[in-house]
Amino acid sequence: MAENLKEQNPSNAIAVEKPGNPFTWIFHPFGAKTLRINGNLGAIAIFLFRAFFMIFHHKQISAIVQQIYFIGAKSAQIVMLVGFFTGMVLGLQLYHVLVKFGSVGVLGTAVGLSLIREMGPVLTAIMITARAGSAMTAEIGIQRISEQIDALSTMRIDPVGFLISPRIAAGIISFPILTAFFDLIGIIGGWISGCVLLGVNSGAYFYRVISATQMEDITGGFVKSLVFGILVVTICCFQGFFTHMRTDSYGARSVSLSTTSAVVLSCVMILISDYVVTSFIL
Amino acid sequence: MEKEPIIEFKGVSKTFDVRTILDKVNFKIYEGEVTTLIGLSGTGKSVTLKHIIGLLKPDEGEILYRGKPIDKMSRKEWNAYIGQISYMFQNNALFDSMTIFENVALPLRQTTRLGKKEIAEKAMASIEQTELTDVFDKYPSELSGGMQKRAALARALVTDPSLVLFDEPTTGQDPIRKNAILGMVAEYQNRFGFTALLISHEIPDVYFISNRILALYDKKIVFQGTPDEFEEFEHPFREEILTSLESLQEDITGLYSKRHFKVRYQTDLSKRHPDAMYAVAIFALEEIDLVSENMGHDATQEIIRSLGSYINKHFGAVGGFSARQTINEYATVLPYSDLDEAERIMKDFKKDFLEHGLPNIQTLAEGAKTAEDCFEFNILAGLAQGKPQIEIESVMEFARFNQKPIARFQCERGGKT
Repeated sequence: MAENLKEQNPSNAIAVEKPGNPFTWIFHPFGAKTLRINGNLGAIAIFLFRAFFMIFHHKQISAIVQQIYFIGAKSAQIVMLVGFFTGMVLGLQLYHVLVKFGSVGVLGTAVGLSLIREMGPVLTAIMITARAGSAMTAEIGIQRISEQIDALSTMRIDPVGFLISPRIAAGIISFPILTAFFDLIGIIGGWISGCVLLGVNSGAYFYRVISATQMEDITGGFVKSLVFGILVVTICCFQGFFTHMRTDSYGARSVSLSTTSAVVLSCVMILISDYVVTSFIL
Repeated sequence: MEKEPIIEFKGVSKTFDVRTILDKVNFKIYEGEVTTLIGLSGTGKSVTLKHIIGLLKPDEGEILYRGKPIDKMSRKEWNAYIGQISYMFQNNALFDSMTIFENVALPLRQTTRLGKKEIAEKAMASIEQTELTDVFDKYPSELSGGMQKRAALARALVTDPSLVLFDEPTTGQDPIRKNAILGMVAEYQNRFGFTALLISHEIPDVYFISNRILALYDKKIVFQGTPDEFEEFEHPFREEILTSLESLQEDITGLYSKRHFKVRYQTDLSKRHPDAMYAVAIFALEEIDLVSENMGHDATQEIIRSLGSYINKHFGAVGGFSARQTINEYATVLPYSDLDEAERIMKDFKKDFLEHGLPNIQTLAEGAKTAEDCFEFNILAGLAQGKPQIEIESVMEFARFNQKPIARFQCERGGKT
């Protein structure tokens, strides 16, 4: 029988009975919580794998293009705006630090590497989470509580393949591209604040950006953006898809809480995974 | 030999947390029939339907499809099984970010290998059948509740299912629209021959379209049988739900429910002398399918309702009482009139109806969808007389036999009368 039609309840995947021994009461909540988290992590992993393998279907192409437009194209403006001012702030701050050591010549290196290695992937992912991730959770959550997802199952359409796979694919494609835009615009922002407004030599700035940036820096940044893309889309879609399983609320309130959880969890996971990926890259 | 059921529940139980919803439920659904599941709110009617489509699984017992347990089906068998079923959700479950056309075409696009042109043709055919051609490019939120219901029906029927599950299709609709939706279900079931399982509170209206009734009460199926058998059903369930709903029905239309109609004529006629005469009139809207096809379901139901209202007004004033018998038929008993007197009353009725009733139908026809080709239909009436000791059913049968047109609706090309 089709697995997608089976009752799924990741929150209650592992039921833990209250122990009879009073000495273990103190540890019981922690143990139960840990087991629940493990259960949810397993459910998320299965959810991601199912969605990922269903990307490779010819009927997904138009849905993927639509999602790239929503996640990628529609987020481009805000990502570039944030990138521009991040670059400007970096240029300004680093100028005032470097000028104390008489090293303003390396401003381009500092701005370029900061953006490409760290700030570009992280801030881009956070901005997309805020703009597209929250919308994804809300949309899928509403589809869940209004039985649209059940309707898909009754029509023999796999809801994971239909709703989630195109979003995962769009995340994998859009995050690195938007990160590249962020980096590029950020470097221009750093040039405006450092060179145009504070008088650093433009040639030296761009020479330092190009000469200091290695291929590993760029690939490292893109690996991060890929990881963030998969994490953010999976978390946001998972929260929306299983919004009806929340035990703390129902209906519209459960959608709102799922959206909040999706954004908070995504941001936390971006920063945690940033450290993990960086430690592997360096 | 007993027919083989298409779906059979055998001892199915379902519990959510600590609350038992279904407790060893047993029932059968037969192919080509309309089966209606009735019960109080929150008693597990939707839960029952969701078990058939696999959205829920029983804690105990099994569900058989043509004798085979659905939980033991291979993936291929399951896909073939589920592919024959359509489910119409209580709240329609239309995709609000898609147009009506996209909603209807969705199952074809996703589950078939049909080309774009074929999909468009099939989807538009389904949209036309449900009278939504004018709004095919609109979003669900731009449509009325009734239209959304029809869009959900169009989507449910577009894959040519052999079993359609309707979860309270008339909820939230006005009385005319409720009857229109039930009429639509009956018409499509006739036309396409699918098996229908319906959840409905529309008592007694659902009797007219149902072959079988299932009553869910206190976690169990307490009745399964024909609507006529259900009329005789003695159970606390009826006290709780049927009486209140039927009384409400009477308040709204002025007509008797079939059950109250029966009680009334049994009471009235039992008091009469065995040789006394009474008359029965049977009214019918001829060719209801043709009328629906040309004027739409809403207008058809409005005509039937209008006819019922006229019958009740006219015959009620002379001591008669009436009830709807089938989807397009009314019966009136004149307990103190013989055939001669009944004919005089009928003559007056005919005159009154032609003067006031028919123009009303004309107005409805002009406002409704009209066919390109002209069409016509008759309103039939027949009279018969009987004595109290004769079964009223046989007198009604005579009245049916004596039916002849008392009014004719005829349109000119373009839909004018």
